[in-house]
Amino acid sequence: MALSGFFSRLKEGLSRSTQKLSTSITAVFTKRKLDDEALEELEELLIGADLGPSVAKRVIEAFRRTRFGQDVTDEEIKAALAEEITAILAPVAQPLEIDAGHAPHVVLVVGVNGTGKTTTIGKFAQFYRDQGLRPMLVAGDTFRAAAVEQLQIWGERTGAPVVSGKPETDAAGLAFTALERARREGIDVLLIDTAGRLHNKTALMDELTKIIRVMQKLDPTAPHSTVLVLDATTGQNALNQVEVFQDLVNVDGLIVTKLDGSARGGVVVALAEEFGLPVHAVGVGEKVGDLRPFVAAEFARGLVGASLSQLSGSSPDGV
Amino acid sequence: MFESLSNRLATTFDRLRGRGALSETEVLEAMREVRLALLEADVALPVVKEFVTKVRDRAVGAEVLRSVTPGQQVVKIVNDVLIESLGGEGAVPLNLSAAAPVPILMVGLQGSGKTTTAGKIGLMLRLRERRRILLASLDTQRPAAQLQLAQLAERAGVNSLPIVAGQTPVQIAHRAMETGRREGFDIVILDTAGRLSIDEVLMDEVRAIRDATHPAETLLVVDAMTGQDAVNTARAFNDAVGVTGIVMTRMDGDARGGAALSMRSITGAPIKLTGSGEKLDALEPFHPERVASRILGMGDIVGLVERASETIDREDAEKLAARMAKGKFDLEDYASQLRQITKMGSLSGIMGMLPGMGKIKEQLAGANLDNTILKRQAAIIGSMTVKERRDPDIIKASRKKRIASGSGVTVQEVNQLLKQFDQMTTVMKRMNKMGQKGMMRGGLASLMGQMGGPGGPGGGRPGGRRPF
Repeated sequence: MALSGFFSRLKEGLSRSTQKLSTSITAVFTKRKLDDEALEELEELLIGADLGPSVAKRVIEAFRRTRFGQDVTDEEIKAALAEEITAILAPVAQPLEIDAGHAPHVVLVVGVNGTGKTTTIGKFAQFYRDQGLRPMLVAGDTFRAAAVEQLQIWGERTGAPVVSGKPETDAAGLAFTALERARREGIDVLLIDTAGRLHNKTALMDELTKIIRVMQKLDPTAPHSTVLVLDATTGQNALNQVEVFQDLVNVDGLIVTKLDGSARGGVVVALAEEFGLPVHAVGVGEKVGDLRPFVAAEFARGLVGASLSQLSGSSPDGV
Repeated sequence: MFESLSNRLATTFDRLRGRGALSETEVLEAMREVRLALLEADVALPVVKEFVTKVRDRAVGAEVLRSVTPGQQVVKIVNDVLIESLGGEGAVPLNLSAAAPVPILMVGLQGSGKTTTAGKIGLMLRLRERRRILLASLDTQRPAAQLQLAQLAERAGVNSLPIVAGQTPVQIAHRAMETGRREGFDIVILDTAGRLSIDEVLMDEVRAIRDATHPAETLLVVDAMTGQDAVNTARAFNDAVGVTGIVMTRMDGDARGGAALSMRSITGAPIKLTGSGEKLDALEPFHPERVASRILGMGDIVGLVERASETIDREDAEKLAARMAKGKFDLEDYASQLRQITKMGSLSGIMGMLPGMGKIKEQLAGANLDNTILKRQAAIIGSMTVKERRDPDIIKASRKKRIASGSGVTVQEVNQLLKQFDQMTTVMKRMNKMGQKGMMRGGLASLMGQMGGPGGPGGGRPGGRRPF
């Protein structure tokens, strides 16, 4: 995809999600001294953006030390806040690297229900096709009604083969068959969809580990990437989700979806602080091209509402 | 659900409860902690402020500070305000009083659980209200969404509108209502595509659907894990189409459930139903007073008794009780008891309804607290002969081996079961001396003993899918 097109669409997606926060910050700070009351309100704004109490507190303490009692403009606040958040996010902005040597590189996609796993896989299929790779999709959600058909439609849209079984078949067995087939057919990337599961259901989480165990009989290094799909509207519970999934299936990275909505995805900042897991990409829509690389500075500036118009020319980092 | 919020508040209140007298400062300090607990639980900021102000105003009143048990008074005020914020006492049923076919419109963000909930409501109304239901999917956005609803309708034993490719959502809505009238359906459930609250084109579309169908209920489906954005979503949908009720989904997760607290204040519409699982019968009415008492760690005994009476076969239970009283409780009875408990839902869900269980639950958190263990035990008993079930004492080494391989477990697990059963019967004999009331408690305690057993046998087996 063309770079300029990419940025304008990212801006379109992110600016919507940040409007709310930036207007409130403007409202708080254009006419004010940075006093205790103002700091408290700023802290609440950060909490309101789902950044989480501890991150919010840390940012505020930093402000208190350096700017307490000064007259500050909202632009300064935004810049300083964006800087702070960029520093936290920069280390985790890492794209999902495909190692063609694995033949195929197995990507296991996991997450709770309704976060957008299947849609994300559809977008990934297109992304890798565009790079000249051969992706194959595995309809591992054998539980939810019509999940298989949903992935099959994505397969048709993107021209990627889809491996599926009968409803209620064992997802681990299906993954095994798919891996065998992918090897035979010289597939580069095997994208495995899984049923959504709440992380506090032990038996369902055990089932995920079984998928991994079974695949390792064919390829002891599989899966090469385990990706957790996270809904940007999720609040502090995202921390629990990441903790449990990481513990049980060794999550390698995150994908944050639905960032084109009014949710600001601030919990990503808390996640970066707490777990330091790479954020591979963000989803900003339901269309096949709506998957974007995660760029720390943009996400941060977007989050605090810094003028995005300056970005499009000057920020090629990480793309 | 709600547990961690409940635990946080409990610590704060424990400090207050023990005190003979409270100063205003102490109450304010406690309120600061309440505020933080609510924010960590994802309760929306404006709702938190309103909540804390209300509690503070009432708590700082003279009669509280001067009362003999000021701490208790504060807890009571929090409880009252919680119930108010959640919508007042008593569940609010779906409004079905309109000319048939009654349209019910489902709206919400992508992935909040609209389609699954539509299927659940269909099943509920078919079984409890004996209505003829037509499900219609207006979701032309997400691939295979219409097929998903059709499959759910089949599972729920209700009808679904035949899929016609190429129709717009408004056209489908018209066709659904027409079909409903022509074929004599009582209720038409219209499931719409997930949409972002800021997507004006799609919000216009859902407005057009509402205008075309005049739904008796417009239900906003909200994920219980939603963060602060819950406010924006609720407000936007309410402004656009006028929400008449909320359905909270994923209540079986471990989110702190703040969104539930925000919904009523933002939309003014009551939470009518809650979804807690992927099975189609996992839908329940929402009782604010019971949820409030769960948040404050006071349990929900009424809910537990209700669920028990709904699921447990009365005759079976009486037979069982009679056998226990006679001291004739054998492994067959135990297996039937296991089945009854499994029917009542997840163990953690049941325990969440018991008062004072918060701390015990925490201790058991690592012990695989789900129904897999019960299913496994039922399997072990299933691999025994009738003779063995009636007289477990005859089970020696070679029988154990056979039972273990028959049920796909290890001999140790068979041993474990037999040991637990032994303990249970011992307890039961003791309870018989104490009478009926004691027996209930004994049954529960021994059940809990086995769940805490060393390295509670987990492990994903194919049959163990979806434990409820």
